[in-house]
Amino acid sequence: MSDTNADDDTHEEPTDEARDEPTFEAAEYADGSVSYPPHPVGPNGAERVGSVDLREHEARVVTWTTSMATPPGVRAPNTLAIVEFEMGEEYDGPPVRALGQVAADPDGNAFDVVIGDHVEPVYADELREPGAGIREPASQAWDGFRFRPVE
Amino acid sequence: MERVAIVGASMTRFGQRDAWVRELLAEAGEAALSDAGIVGDDLDHLYVSNMASGEFEGQTGVPNALAHDLAATPAYTARIDQTSSSGGAGVYAAWQSVASGASDLTMLVGGEKMTHRSTAEATDVIASLTHPVEYKHGVTLPSFAGLTARLYLDEYDAPRESLGKVAVKNHANGVDNPHAQFRKEVDLETVLESPVVADPLRLYDFCPITDGSAALVFCPESVAEEYAPDGEYAVISGIGGATDTHVVHERADPTTMGGVVDSSAIAYEMAGIAPDDVDVAELHDMFTILEFLQSEDLGFFEKGEGWKAVEEGVTDRDGELPINTSGGLKSKGHPLGASGVAQVYEIYKQVTGDAGPRQVEADTGLACNVGGFGNCVTTAILEGSQ
Repeated sequence: MSDTNADDDTHEEPTDEARDEPTFEAAEYADGSVSYPPHPVGPNGAERVGSVDLREHEARVVTWTTSMATPPGVRAPNTLAIVEFEMGEEYDGPPVRALGQVAADPDGNAFDVVIGDHVEPVYADELREPGAGIREPASQAWDGFRFRPVE
Repeated sequence: MERVAIVGASMTRFGQRDAWVRELLAEAGEAALSDAGIVGDDLDHLYVSNMASGEFEGQTGVPNALAHDLAATPAYTARIDQTSSSGGAGVYAAWQSVASGASDLTMLVGGEKMTHRSTAEATDVIASLTHPVEYKHGVTLPSFAGLTARLYLDEYDAPRESLGKVAVKNHANGVDNPHAQFRKEVDLETVLESPVVADPLRLYDFCPITDGSAALVFCPESVAEEYAPDGEYAVISGIGGATDTHVVHERADPTTMGGVVDSSAIAYEMAGIAPDDVDVAELHDMFTILEFLQSEDLGFFEKGEGWKAVEEGVTDRDGELPINTSGGLKSKGHPLGASGVAQVYEIYKQVTGDAGPRQVEADTGLACNVGGFGNCVTTAILEGSQ
């Protein structure tokens, strides 16, 4: 079981570089529904019409776990959460959720979270060491968003 | 459409085996041919259920290899990969081949060789079925189970101990299965004090990594007695397959497996029965929480009540609805491509009255095979011929 080389430094305040980070892109469809990740077609078969940046939304923890037996290239232990984004009162589509790692505190330990906690996405340029596992490194992105409790 | 019968069955010992995938498949295949009183040359179709022989041991093309090893050429062959539900999907393909009239005699062999890989490597091969946005966070199938178990316990006010009782029950059942990887009872304290894997789940909430193979022989019901002159055969009275979202967090209710709901609805309708008519079931207890979810989504119990059935002994071998008399994946083991075939093997044995010390009173049995974390599901209903 190997640890990831990814620095878990998401507790730090955003730098100028971080402000240029990629968006947390979800897809918006013609019927108003939103999904993460984006799909070519929406959950009800509607065509994609645009994007939504989930960085603009807070989320609540739906559930979480700490995985002790992690695959090659993944930090151990690995605390994961499924979160549901607050999309605003006008949104009436299916829930918009994401699964992601829970960010680490200044000591390098994953923040404690419980069901119902408010969290916000924070960018990490490498979530898992590309090439350490079975998946072809060039086949997908390895950066993304962890979740940090909102105080 | 022809009704389809199962007239032969076999399974190897599950566990850590020296044999590689070709040898495991041949071992089960040869035994099933013998059980049906036929030879390889009699087969029209030969299917192999296997998830990842290429990834695990660098051996691809296993159906053709098996056809050659069993002298089954020129039978039509195909490999069926539907991840952990490859076995169930193979049952569906074999049923379809006979029901459609394309084949008069089909054999399905499911198998996997896994134990030569480390737990981390095997876990990663299985986790490779996930979406890139899941995989990059290091998600594993056990971590999906931990996430879902926590939510289930919270939503339905179920005690943690109820999950442990699934492990206790299935280990007790496995003691009487000569093919099972673990033939050892465990007590609740051992389960609850075992090392945390993906909290709240611990080591004994998870099935092991396993080598093994199982096989079934299918023919039209109209000729079943040619192969089973004593009348000991089973009929597939209903079968259904369905998918749910690839991305697990996109499901409306993370504690509901839509593929189980949809595939079983098709199977019940085809068989003309209701959940109450099922006498015995084999469920995909890769993780203890999955036995709760499936028992509810199959309609055996109300949503959120599956844990109570385990607490009350309803699903024990001597209960009203015995679940996982084989020991389940939890005790018997989970050689991915073989598991769905071995589930049907157990139900075949039960409805033909040939389950030995595991025998329960059963005319109708159900097997539910789950791939991914509910991503793909096959439900099959078998009835005894007598």
